[in-house]
Amino acid sequence: MVSAATSNLRQAAWNAAASVVDPEIPVLTIADLGVLRDVTVHDGRVEVAITPTYSGCPAMNMIALEIELALARDGINGATIKTILSPAWTTDWMSDEGRRKLRDYGVAPPQAGGSRRALFGVEVVACPQCGSNETQVLSEFGSTSCKALWRCNACREPFDYFKCH
Amino acid sequence: MATPSITVSETPLVLYALRRADDALILGHRLSEWCGHAPAMEEDMALANIGLDLIGQARELYAYAATAEGKANDEDTFAYLRDVRQYRNLLLCEQPNGDFARTILRQFLYSAFADAYWRAMMASTDATLAAIAAKSEKESAYHLRHSAEWVIRLGDGTEESHRRAKEAVDHLWAFTGELFHADDSDAALIADGIAVDPERLRAGWTDMVANVLATATLTQPKSGWMQKGGRSGLHSEHLGHLLSELQSLQRTFPGATW
Repeated sequence: MVSAATSNLRQAAWNAAASVVDPEIPVLTIADLGVLRDVTVHDGRVEVAITPTYSGCPAMNMIALEIELALARDGINGATIKTILSPAWTTDWMSDEGRRKLRDYGVAPPQAGGSRRALFGVEVVACPQCGSNETQVLSEFGSTSCKALWRCNACREPFDYFKCH
Repeated sequence: MATPSITVSETPLVLYALRRADDALILGHRLSEWCGHAPAMEEDMALANIGLDLIGQARELYAYAATAEGKANDEDTFAYLRDVRQYRNLLLCEQPNGDFARTILRQFLYSAFADAYWRAMMASTDATLAAIAAKSEKESAYHLRHSAEWVIRLGDGTEESHRRAKEAVDHLWAFTGELFHADDSDAALIADGIAVDPERLRAGWTDMVANVLATATLTQPKSGWMQKGGRSGLHSEHLGHLLSELQSLQRTFPGATW
């Protein structure tokens, strides 16, 4: 039986952690991204589990620090931040709300069900500015690990595409 | 006075994790050498991104090696405080960048193996290795696609790009035999399902490489004598120079932090 105090603390800690935004894509919270995996409470101590998007994602250290600060702001001190690898993060965990926010921000959201694609397959990515499917890839690797650089042939705008993973 | 190197208790599992970690770190470091020097901005970012993925994979593998060893070593001491003969990476990964074609061919030959390897390792009976594999295979799929597309573009490009791509594949070919290395230390791990038998991956790698080289109008070198030694610490002269740069800060200022 989980006590009401523990349950309330867990919810408060979740709310605080869930408000942390991705330092590279500040319109998305780590909850939208699916980076925030779990919050548990043992003997009054909070443990937050996060998972990296990419193995070498340099934002992870900053995200962990931001979670600690967000918890402290809400009076929750001494929390531990644990990084878990399994199950591996996938863009399928990104919330619909997250996808909408990304598009509004000018980043094409990852295709749903984007597990492993055919290696030399063709992707159709809609331009986040004008909605056209007449787009082409400029570079498989963009300004951060999780993005690729595309261009719209209709409105001529370049845009970031959040890669399927 | 330089910091002395650590000693490592290379149990089969520790050695297994270190060998893969060293592959990823050394190749990742090589790619980082391109930062600011690549032929185009997009490629500068691509090579840096791939290097970042590899160094991330190395960190996870080093952290696991440290846990498996259970001594005072950690991911930093493995990376910064082992000398050349203690490194266990493939000779392929330490080969100098050369020109862009050499770097791309090196990446392709490695990624064609790594992608199949990580996918197979997702079924490892070791939960941590399986978890690292599940992350890494998504990344290696992108690395393989990127490098394969470049191999085709260079090989089937201009006379000059074809000549350079051909020179690269001819030069690197003798280092590909080591991809399939397994020794007595690995045997028990393979029997227990912790490690994959690399021989199982040979046919898939051969097909992938043959197809891409053919599309690139490049001739696959005849399989002859293969160079090996990296897995047991016998390296080319290039690795020492790489480590002198990678380790200089920690060797000069032990324990320095940002």
